[in-house]
Amino acid sequence: MSALTQTEQRPPAAPANGAQRVAYVTPAANILETAESYVLEAEMPGVGKDGLDVTVENGELVIVGRRADKETPGAALYRESRPLDYRRVFDLDPSIDTGRITAKMEQGILTLTLPKAEQVKPRRITVTD
Amino acid sequence: MSLIRYQTPEPTVWSPFDRLSTLRDEMNRLFDLSTPGFGGREDRLLGVWSPPLDVFQDKDHVFVKCELPGMKKEDIQISLHENALTISGERKNEREVKEGDGWRSERFFGRFHRSVTLPVLVDPANVKAQYKDGVLAVSLSKAEEAKPKQIEVQIS
Repeated sequence: MSALTQTEQRPPAAPANGAQRVAYVTPAANILETAESYVLEAEMPGVGKDGLDVTVENGELVIVGRRADKETPGAALYRESRPLDYRRVFDLDPSIDTGRITAKMEQGILTLTLPKAEQVKPRRITVTD
Repeated sequence: MSLIRYQTPEPTVWSPFDRLSTLRDEMNRLFDLSTPGFGGREDRLLGVWSPPLDVFQDKDHVFVKCELPGMKKEDIQISLHENALTISGERKNEREVKEGDGWRSERFFGRFHRSVTLPVLVDPANVKAQYKDGVLAVSLSKAEEAKPKQIEVQIS
């Protein structure tokens, strides 16, 4: 498969002043590649539409999700979830038309549709004499 | 997680530690990768879906939160038996994968089942649940006898 799947947990660069690096949770993601597009689904429970930040820069897709529910309803007795924001970086396949990426957020699932550019879709070439 | 930096003395001319620091950064990255996420990698190794669950309490209530992204409200079941709360359900994959498509999957689909013993008795008639942003929040009222009581003591 293509470069979009060659994902890596790439932490943000450590601040130069030696401050503590912000910790993030890496959301689990599913990626489907069809002839026309890629569809990426990332799990970010606790993140609403407003907490979402998706950027494309230098051939990288950066997904950041900020939790809306950081305040706890009382004292924690038992805790398995991590009250951290989400971040994950993907390498973008050059075939992706970055101008037409669309995003949808529904019940903690971010769905990104990344269409492939016209010229990379398979084309039949007719042979002329 | 970050390893504590080994402070090399200031290099004067050429330092073989430059190479080592690259290796060290790479090692740090590896440790970051292996840091287990709750409901994350260790579950994947076990092959079951065990959504993360939290329990909170205040004076009058117990709150249970469970991270269940991408579910339908109808597919979540909550039951209370004495002070044992059970959350279960099934998440279905609705994405259709056709032959010839590429597919990479990290998410879980299928059934899950979580049970938790609440710290105190609760009023079974007073349980509320809300599902928002992929998080199920159950709010339970403590039973009258479990609430802390102020007792006036007469000092003679």
